[in-house]
Amino acid sequence: MKYMDEYRDRTLIAGLTKKIRARAGRFYTFMEVCGGHTMAIHKFGLPWLLPSTIRLKSGPGCPVCVTDQSYVDRAVAYAEMEEVVVCTYGDLLRVPGTSASLYDKRGEGCDVRVVYSLLEALRIAREESSRMVVFLGIGFETTAPGSAVGILEAEQEGLDNFCLLSAHKRMPPAMEAVASDAGQLDGFICPGHVSTITGMGIYEDLPRLYGMGCVISGFEPTDMLESILLLVEQMEAGRPEVAIQYKRAVRPEGNLKARALMDQVFQHGDDTWRGLGVLPDSGLRIRPEYARYDAEQRIPVEVGPARENAGCICGEILKGQKEPSECPLFATSCTPVHPVGACMVSSEGACQAYYKYRRYA
Amino acid sequence: MHDRIVLSHGSGGEMTQQLIREVFLHHFNNEWLCGLSDSAMLSNGSGRTVFTTDSFVVDPLFFPGGDIGKLAVCGTVNDLAVTGAIPAYLSAGFILEEGLTLETLHRIAASMAEEARHAGVQIVTGDTKVVHRGKADGVFINTSGIGFLPAGRADLSNTAGIRPGDRIIVNGHLGEHGVAVLSAREELEVASQVHSDCASLNALIDQMCQVSGKIRFMRDLTRGGLATVLCEVTDHADFGLYLLEDKMPVGEAVRGICEMLGMDPLYMANEGKLVAIVDPADADDLLGAMHEHPLGANAQVIGQVAGQHPGQVVMETQVGGRRIIEPLTGEQLPRIC
Repeated sequence: MKYMDEYRDRTLIAGLTKKIRARAGRFYTFMEVCGGHTMAIHKFGLPWLLPSTIRLKSGPGCPVCVTDQSYVDRAVAYAEMEEVVVCTYGDLLRVPGTSASLYDKRGEGCDVRVVYSLLEALRIAREESSRMVVFLGIGFETTAPGSAVGILEAEQEGLDNFCLLSAHKRMPPAMEAVASDAGQLDGFICPGHVSTITGMGIYEDLPRLYGMGCVISGFEPTDMLESILLLVEQMEAGRPEVAIQYKRAVRPEGNLKARALMDQVFQHGDDTWRGLGVLPDSGLRIRPEYARYDAEQRIPVEVGPARENAGCICGEILKGQKEPSECPLFATSCTPVHPVGACMVSSEGACQAYYKYRRYA
Repeated sequence: MHDRIVLSHGSGGEMTQQLIREVFLHHFNNEWLCGLSDSAMLSNGSGRTVFTTDSFVVDPLFFPGGDIGKLAVCGTVNDLAVTGAIPAYLSAGFILEEGLTLETLHRIAASMAEEARHAGVQIVTGDTKVVHRGKADGVFINTSGIGFLPAGRADLSNTAGIRPGDRIIVNGHLGEHGVAVLSAREELEVASQVHSDCASLNALIDQMCQVSGKIRFMRDLTRGGLATVLCEVTDHADFGLYLLEDKMPVGEAVRGICEMLGMDPLYMANEGKLVAIVDPADADDLLGAMHEHPLGANAQVIGQVAGQHPGQVVMETQVGGRRIIEPLTGEQLPRIC
C-alpha cells in the first residue's frame, strides 16, 4: 500500500539496524514517550531486530494510562446521574475506578457512549437537548485543541447542554519529571503527534539540563529506527539536541492555529498523573470565561479518595523504572479482560503491548 | 467474571469462551458438547450426522455483499461444511420486531432461499415469533443445520491430528465482512468499495476433500477473525503456530481502513473464509485445487505448525521482527453477524 509499505521495507530496515549496531559504541537506553510508539515497536517486533546495545523503555505518553483514578471515579459519578450522557473515547471505558469502570456502569444501564470525536458528542447534545452531555476530554496537546474547538463551537451555537471534564495534560512536565528521576536514560524518542501541535520548542530544556538526546519520531518502523540511529549519533558525538525525524508531519514551530485555540480555552494548572503524582503546571484547565462548559464547575460531584490496587506497579512502569513483566500481577491477575492497572487497559499501554505482542512461552 | 452480560460476552473471544464454560457447559455438559466445537458429531448407526446452530443479529440488516438472510444460511452451512460434512437441511427461526415491513421480510426470505439453492441445502422447518417494538431490532434469525459426513472422511473439527511441519492455508482475503458491516453502519464512504465475503464454502471444501485425504483440521473464520481461531487451535496444544505476516492475504482497501481505524485485519470478521491445516506433502495440490475455485482464488499458505513455542501463535512481522498473536479481548465490533 502506497505511503505505508515504503516505511516497512525490509532492505531499508536491515540497513538501519546495521548502522545502529555499528555506531553504538556502548549500551544505550532510550524512552519512547508516546503510547503509539510503544504499540508500534511491539507490533512490528522491533526489539527482535535491534542490537543488544539498545534498550527501549516505555514512558508516560499514554493518555489513558496517566489519567488519575479519581478522574474515572468522577466520570462514573456523572454516568450514574439520570439526566447525563457520558461520551468517551473507547479506551477509557474499561479503566477501573475505585468501585467500578464506565464499562460496568454501561452494563448496568447507565448512558455511556463511545465516540470517535468530540463532534459526535456535540451532535448528541444538539439532538437530545433535554439531556446533559459530558464529554471526557483526555489526552495531551494532540487532543486538547479539538476539545477547545468543541467548547468554542458550543459557545457559538449557544449549546447549553454540553460540557467537558478535562484531564488534558501537557507533555513537557512529565518528561522533565522522568528525566530528573530516572537517571539512566540517554534520550527520548519524542511523541510525533504532540509535536505536530507544539513544535520542537517544548523539548529544548531536556538536552540542556539533563544531557539527553531528543528526536521527534514518526510511527512507522523505518521512522523509529531512524530516530534511534539519530539518538545514537547525537550521543556518540557528545552533542545531545532536539531533532525532527518526522519531518513529513512536524514543523519546528508546530501548528500555530491549534496552539492559539488551546491557549484561548485552556490555562496551565497543577495536575495529578497516575504514577507520577502531582506535577506543577502540567494540566490544561478550562479558563474561567468558559466555566459553563467545565463539567467540574457546572455539575459539581463529590468523589471519595481514590484507592489504587496495592500490587500494581503502573507508576514505576510509566517512569521507565520497571518493565511490565516485573509486575507480580502481570498476566496473572491483570490481563486485558480483567485489567487491574491502566497500562493494561489502554490499547496504547505498555502492559497491554507486552501482553499482546511479547509474552513468549 | 462480571455479574451481568456485557457486549464482550458476545465477541467470540476470550469472554465468550468464559461465558460458555461457566454457564452453558456448567449446566449442559455432555460428551458431544464438551469438545466445544461449532458442530456436534453424532453417530447414527452406519454414518455420522453433524448438527449445528447459529443465531444472527447483524446490524444493519443489509450491507454491501449480503444481508442477514444470506448470512444465516452461509453461517450454518459453513459450520457444517468445515467438519468435512455435506450440509443437507436447515431450520429457520425468526424473531420479528413489531413494525418491521413485510417488504423487508420478503427480501430477507428471498435472499435465504437463493443462498440455500446455491449451497444445495433445504430449509425444512421453522418458527416465527413477534415481540413488541423496541424489544428486538428488526429481525433476529436462528438457523440450525444437519449434514452428513461421507463414509471414510475424517472429522476435520478435531485438532488431534495436527503435526509440526503441517502447512496453514487460508482461502482468501481477510477481514472483508467486518469492514463491510462497519462501513454500512458508520457510513464510512472510504470503505464503500469493500463487500462482505459472505459465501457458502461447502463446494470449495468438498473439492478440497476430494484432492487430499490429509487435511488435518479446518475451521471457518467468523467473529474473532483468523487470530481467534488460531489461538483456539493452539490453546493447551503441544505445538505452536508460526505465521508470516508477508503472506497474509489482505486486500488493499481493508488494509487501509484497518490502518486508519487502528484495527487489525487478523481479528476482523469474515463470513466466507476458512483456515485449513494440512500435511505439507499435499499443500501444493490443495492450493492448486483451491485456486481453481472462485472462493479460493486468493488462497495462500500463511505459515506452518511449529514444534517450538507450544500453545502460542507467533508471527514473523512484515519487517522481520516477531510478535505473538493473542486471542481477541473485548469487543472488536458488536453485532457483526
